[in-house]
Amino acid sequence: MDDLIAEFLTETGESLEVVDSELVKFEANPTERKTLDNIFRLVHTIKGTCGFLGLPRLEAVAHAGETLLGRFRDGKLEVTPVAVTLVLHSIDRIKVILAGLEATGNEPEGDDRDLIAQLEAMAEGGEVDLTAVQAVQVPDRPIGSDIDPAELNVPALGAIPPESTTPATGLNVGDIDPATGRALRPGEVSEADLEAAFAAADAPDWMNDEPEPVSEVAPEPAVAAKPAESAAAKAPEAMSGLGGPGLGGEETQGITTTQSIRVSVDVLEGLMTLVSEMVLTRNQLLQISRNREDSAFATPLQRLSTLTGELQDSVMKTRMQPIGAAWKKLPRLVRDLSYELGKKIDLVMEGEGTELDRQVLELIRDPLTHMVRNSADHGLESTEERVQLGKPANGTVKLSAFHEGGYIVIRISDNGRGLNTGRIREKIIEKGLASRTEVEGLNDQQIHRYIFAPGFSTAAKVTNLSGRGVGMDVVRTNIEQIGGQIDLTSVSGGGTTFTIKIPLTLAIVSALIVGAGGQKFAVPQTSVLELVRTGQNAEHRIEKINDALVLRLRNKLLPLVQLGPTLQLEAARDEDATFVMVIQVGERRYGLVVNDVLDTEEIVVKPLASILRDVDVFSGATILGDGSVVLILDPNALSERAGNMLEEKASEDAEDAVDTGDTATVAMLLFKAGGGAPKAVELAHITRLEHIEVEKIERMDGRAALQYRGKLMPVLGLNGMHDLMSEGIQPLLVFTGEGYAMALAVDEIVDVVEDRLSIELSPDRSGVRGTAVVAGRACEILDVDYYNVQGLAEHQRKPGAASSERAVA
Amino acid sequence: MSLRDYVTLRVGGQLFGVDAARVHDVFHPRGLTPVPQSRPEIAGVLNLRGRIVTAVCARRRLGLPPREEGAPEPLAIGLEVQGDSYGLVIDSVDEVLKLDDEKFHAAPGNLPPRWAEIIVGVYQLEKELLIVLDPHTLLDNAHLKAA
Repeated sequence: MDDLIAEFLTETGESLEVVDSELVKFEANPTERKTLDNIFRLVHTIKGTCGFLGLPRLEAVAHAGETLLGRFRDGKLEVTPVAVTLVLHSIDRIKVILAGLEATGNEPEGDDRDLIAQLEAMAEGGEVDLTAVQAVQVPDRPIGSDIDPAELNVPALGAIPPESTTPATGLNVGDIDPATGRALRPGEVSEADLEAAFAAADAPDWMNDEPEPVSEVAPEPAVAAKPAESAAAKAPEAMSGLGGPGLGGEETQGITTTQSIRVSVDVLEGLMTLVSEMVLTRNQLLQISRNREDSAFATPLQRLSTLTGELQDSVMKTRMQPIGAAWKKLPRLVRDLSYELGKKIDLVMEGEGTELDRQVLELIRDPLTHMVRNSADHGLESTEERVQLGKPANGTVKLSAFHEGGYIVIRISDNGRGLNTGRIREKIIEKGLASRTEVEGLNDQQIHRYIFAPGFSTAAKVTNLSGRGVGMDVVRTNIEQIGGQIDLTSVSGGGTTFTIKIPLTLAIVSALIVGAGGQKFAVPQTSVLELVRTGQNAEHRIEKINDALVLRLRNKLLPLVQLGPTLQLEAARDEDATFVMVIQVGERRYGLVVNDVLDTEEIVVKPLASILRDVDVFSGATILGDGSVVLILDPNALSERAGNMLEEKASEDAEDAVDTGDTATVAMLLFKAGGGAPKAVELAHITRLEHIEVEKIERMDGRAALQYRGKLMPVLGLNGMHDLMSEGIQPLLVFTGEGYAMALAVDEIVDVVEDRLSIELSPDRSGVRGTAVVAGRACEILDVDYYNVQGLAEHQRKPGAASSERAVA
Repeated sequence: MSLRDYVTLRVGGQLFGVDAARVHDVFHPRGLTPVPQSRPEIAGVLNLRGRIVTAVCARRRLGLPPREEGAPEPLAIGLEVQGDSYGLVIDSVDEVLKLDDEKFHAAPGNLPPRWAEIIVGVYQLEKELLIVLDPHTLLDNAHLKAA
């Protein structure tokens, strides 16, 4: 693509975002002269540039829009919502044309006469028919993003004025008017008029001759230094500052002193990599120097160390962008919503200058948009309703952001009706997300959190905007994917507040360095909930159910994954499991058994080579301070190994609900049989317990039976005949059914206990109903029916015995 | 007549050549971290001057028997494929040869399939044949899977 066009696309894309929010501001306050001047100048620049580049379609639309704006500015036309909508339509159309231009390098085919006719009609004070304008689908991405993906404004590397936009293409306002030298088109203003208009407008400060004081070359963009403003009207102003280039002065502070140059992201990424490597090298050097006390290198090395640290901080900063960049589209979104829903909505933004890594920023852009849309659509009442309730007619959606520790906290709140707890409760039951008893045991907050559950939506009707039921769970997944958390509080009639907490950067993460199978691995700390020490003398012991390992932790069963054996490490065989890392991935929770926990370290994540991409248990690799390479485990992939042990989601809340539920306690017999975990069976199923001398059990052809009360009763082992004892006293559990009896041989009868029976893990073989915690131990619950059927089969194979039994009965 | 530089190396006694322009480094693969659950060809990952390099064993890749006991320490040549850094672990590096394109022959048709796709062609040297390898197919995941 032509360089000039590429440049044009990037700049115009930025200008258009500014125009969007400026227009919304202008509509709210039509007397604000500065705003109008800004818009006018921006649109004019677009028009001028595209005429210069030979883009007739774009030029015509921009021209007609500009003319209309000119009428507003002259005060000849009143600013009405319809007029603003019309201008916004033309902005949308420009965006569509730009998108086509970006894709193909040429203006897309199309006709804009519908739009231009209406713009002209309005400019001449005629009747306007908004429906005549074909609605267009504006591409979601910012224009120009493909040309030079996400260029950054890097603060203050030199005193380059922000308006470098225009001169960069070699254009100056005034001498590029394409109208020069030909007849005016309908609705066009003459160049002289334009010049006059510009002359009338206050020149922004940057046009003044006085140079910026040197002190202005601050290493922060002005907007970051700006205190958070709470007033609704001020918000868009602060935002416009973020737009960087192309903006003229505000009365209060003059020109936004964003002194910046464009640097491609690739360069920054490269710089980041270099610095990461430098940090690693420094760590190595320091380690060597520590072992040599008298080293003459100590002092310069210390200096190098400090400088490297500072350099790392500075480079990290270049990746930081104000969160306002993700909010730019929101004023327009809320304005459109406000018209569509017939609600009056104010959007308040605070802390737009709060910075975070651009990678993270890209990832939260969509979730944030979704949530603002949700708040405006579901959260706020209609204007009439609000008036009836005695609330201010204008609903407010408020966005705020601030730093807290290594995190950025974003709040999205509305002063609407709050969540309807009763309705959510009904929905939970209706959708089968939890049973009625479970739901009744939950408090309001816990109920509210169910809106994050997959497939949950309470919207009675699906609107154009929201209510399709794929909302908050997607938001939650997106946020958790980047190691963030989301929560909400809601007051009935008072509004809802969502709080999102996300790490500032993904490039450097805190990790635990663990050992297993003689090798070291890194585990991202964000997914580790706690560390539990196990082993011989520890409080927590690992128990075995068949081949699966579980840990009893505060009366819950935690499925375990052994790291060494899972990775098939040879050395893992002789190792003792000493630590269990409790890991939470989404809804799932499991324990990762490791041999050792060695260290915590800040690691620089590097992707694995493509030849290793099919190894799903590792998400990357990193170089530690000692120069060795360790692999970074992916907790998500490992959870799938634990997954088949869990019948259902093991979310904390659900488990709590089961525990606190009023399940009646039952008497259970604990016994040992067939090896493995202890077994339990409800006492009610058992008719008798017998201790029989082994000699009395008659064995025939792989089966066993006992003459019992004048009848022949089959004796079964838990897993077959080999479970029967060969000498001594054989304990038996006797079950009787209709007209028959059956005995189950066990190794030892342990105890009879009263406990709630709640099966937490699904069974892995027949004869067992599942695993539950009984009297504080993990027990397999016997499936009595399974053995009854087996016993009955024995009877039927011996018709004589069966008939005699019947005779006795 | 056009000349081209080749780095010649030995794997299991056989002489191979790789376009010298593609070879970034020659180094001893030390401090290898094995990658569990990866393909057998992967020797591990290592830190080469702050870069993470994936070491691939040429013997296993070519289906040759493993290194004999007491053999000298292996070497690795550093290659870059699709932006990733690899180290191809070989027995020894011989020298850099300037070879004339005219002496270049396409690979013979009777090679085993594991070899056929990673061989660009063959040079007839005076004493023996020099087999020219294609680093891209040698280290590409898709080709590795097919092998």
